[in-house]
Amino acid sequence: MTADGPLAVRMDGIDKAFDGVTVLDDVHFEVAPGEVHALAGGNGAGKSTLMKILQGVYTRDAGTVELFGRPLTATTIQAAKRAGVGMVFQEFSLIATLSVAQNIFLDAEPMRAGLIDDAAMRSRAAALLERIGVEIDPATEVGALPTAQWQLTEIAKALSQDAKVLIMDEPTASLAKHEVEALFSLIGRLKEQGISIIYISHRMDEVYRIADRITILRNGRNLVTARLDEITPKEIVAGIAGRELAKQAGAAHRPATADLPVLLEVTDLHADGVRGATFVVRTGEVIGIAGLMGSGRTELARALFGISRITSGSVVKDGRRLSLNSPADAIASGIALIPEDRRLQGLVLDHSVRENLALPLLGSLRRWGLVASDKVRALSDRLIEQFSITVARPEAPARLLSGGNQQKIVIAKWLGTDPEVLVMDEPTAGVDVGTKSEIVRIVRELARTGKGIVVISSEYPELIAMCDRYLIMRDGQIVESLDADQVANEVDLELAVQGLAA
Amino acid sequence: MSPTLSGSVIDRAPSFAGRLAALIDWRRDIIYVGFVVVFVVFAILLGDQGFLSSTNLLNILRQTAIVTIMAVGMTFVIGCAEIDLSVGSIAGLTSITAAMAISAFGLIPGILAGLMVGAVVGSVNGALVAFLRIPSFLVTLAMLGIAAGVAQWVTASAPQPILNTTFNSVFGSGNIGFLPGLVVWSAAIVAIGAVVLKKARFGRQVLATGANRTAAEYSGINTSAIKFRVMLLSAMAASVAGMLYAGRLHSGRFQWGAGDELNAIAAVILGGTALAGGRGSVVGTLFGALLMGLINNGLILAGLDSSQQQVIRGVIIVLAVALARNK
Repeated sequence: MTADGPLAVRMDGIDKAFDGVTVLDDVHFEVAPGEVHALAGGNGAGKSTLMKILQGVYTRDAGTVELFGRPLTATTIQAAKRAGVGMVFQEFSLIATLSVAQNIFLDAEPMRAGLIDDAAMRSRAAALLERIGVEIDPATEVGALPTAQWQLTEIAKALSQDAKVLIMDEPTASLAKHEVEALFSLIGRLKEQGISIIYISHRMDEVYRIADRITILRNGRNLVTARLDEITPKEIVAGIAGRELAKQAGAAHRPATADLPVLLEVTDLHADGVRGATFVVRTGEVIGIAGLMGSGRTELARALFGISRITSGSVVKDGRRLSLNSPADAIASGIALIPEDRRLQGLVLDHSVRENLALPLLGSLRRWGLVASDKVRALSDRLIEQFSITVARPEAPARLLSGGNQQKIVIAKWLGTDPEVLVMDEPTAGVDVGTKSEIVRIVRELARTGKGIVVISSEYPELIAMCDRYLIMRDGQIVESLDADQVANEVDLELAVQGLAA
Repeated sequence: MSPTLSGSVIDRAPSFAGRLAALIDWRRDIIYVGFVVVFVVFAILLGDQGFLSSTNLLNILRQTAIVTIMAVGMTFVIGCAEIDLSVGSIAGLTSITAAMAISAFGLIPGILAGLMVGAVVGSVNGALVAFLRIPSFLVTLAMLGIAAGVAQWVTASAPQPILNTTFNSVFGSGNIGFLPGLVVWSAAIVAIGAVVLKKARFGRQVLATGANRTAAEYSGINTSAIKFRVMLLSAMAASVAGMLYAGRLHSGRFQWGAGDELNAIAAVILGGTALAGGRGSVVGTLFGALLMGLINNGLILAGLDSSQQQVIRGVIIVLAVALARNK
């Protein structure tokens, strides 16, 4: 990191609002040439908006952006690219049916006599890959490469367009350990070549290993910029999480749940992305599963709901070993999953609220083999009332409802099947604050009625507000189990997730 | 010493079959294997019925030429993950437009009027697909009906004779040396299409857009413009096909080309272009069309009637596509 010469990136006084809601407020951000600069912040802190402004996707409302001392006024992706900003997309910008070389030079192919010069393209791609020390045959079709090499190809593609600043957003989320090492050594080589890297990650161990400095945003404002040898992990975590701490007047103290009867017993479960999970779910207990992206949280839910195949281990309920080969098996065994993406997996958006609520129960709503509309109406009215879903007309398509009400429909729909174990994947993602507290209330209420609930969430304030016990996942394994009184606030939880607990 | 030597020889020179197998990409090359197999089978079984005579082989080329031209355009469309069901109707509408314009204004205005049909219909298709983002299946299904309906309406279902001998001999009825003009047209269009798809930036952009529109957009490709141009190109190819019908049959008629869209699509898919887009080959398409022509011809020579031909053709298409899927 050299201080001489102009900065690689200098963003100053950046303001940005969407529909009157301020997302960035007077943000300052700078990166030196050859520096790895970590960018951190909670959900909604403004990281991705700031990066999109740098990439020319969004237009800033106020402020200046300079790249290597030259102001960037045009706000198009092309202009930012020409000025040297490259984004390493998560698998977004590669064409699976084209070769590595064809992808690297897509839309910028070397031409000869008006036609694409494939030989020159291959040799230039090979030279580029060699320069950054990546061993991939440029003639290989991208679709045939493992995920890690997609990413290296993405980096090569960005560099082929003379990128001098690379933005990497959670680049290790889908990588295995040794692939992470390969990426880090590549980042080291890029640094030596004077390329700056903006590294967005929630993994403290990675940030400490490769970053020179860190900037933390909170609520769209600068919180701190510091060299990593001057800041402790605890300070970083507190800085990222601090937003909610004030609001949260201490988690409600809950009695230990260890004496309650066991409902579901999971022993050494292995499945795609899950490498050994052992835990019990007790009647009337809310368990929170916390872990970083790619730690196996969602994969565990998928295995319990019979979507991905369980390769070894057992799930026992009422003394009986369950065979969970399909969601139908799971539902029949009394397990329901409230999926992560409600629009994609949870609702049929164009169908009416009533139809959505009745969907899992159509079998029991029949008369003479046909669906009886009065039974559907009775059931849906009951659920709408029970979950206080705000809906003008139950016949209207679910698409028209707010995110919070949609989420309530998904929850209500599954509770109609009267499950004993409810697995919820990110139940509070993308809903407003009022709905969040209502979902927390519904979850607690369900636990009180004797259901066992497993909540997967990356929103720690909500987890802390509703859970009796926490399971920490890392690399597909459950590495720790914490009782509610061991976790005073979200900093504790974050430190446990990062494996930094004191 | 000698065991070691023989061992190293084996290492260095894998069996011929092994090397061949390594060279063949099953999914991509099934069409060529299928073509050769069907050709050899027919040559053995139908040699006595004149299958191998040069007249018969030229006949196969001539009969497949027009569909081949539509299929070249269709390769770009399907490679771009769209579909064009209107090509047959565009050919019919072009044939009557060219015929009527020739009799009213002469040769050159007639040719231009024919090409205008492709340009106008293709622009409408393209604009609806690319800019209004209406699925091409629906747009071109509607256009199939509209173009055929207009053609039938304005002619009151009557054939429009073309008396201009220059037009007729240039478009389809003449020969160049021993080669039928139709075959020369089709060869030229296949050659241009193959080079453009494989070697021009446009071809790469078409396949990239078809494989993953978001990724292509992020790579700086204006994918809407690509989709527009692809639909336009297909309609223009159909327009040329329509004029070849007109020239070969000395008339324009609304039925010319009816149903060709399905043959063109079948040729493209047989030729190894992925229905989901992103992968395509014009030369494969040529062989797909030739294979279908070959099968038609062989079944006729074998004395099957048209109902039996349809069944066998269907079975062969399903078989070929199923084999190609399983790598």
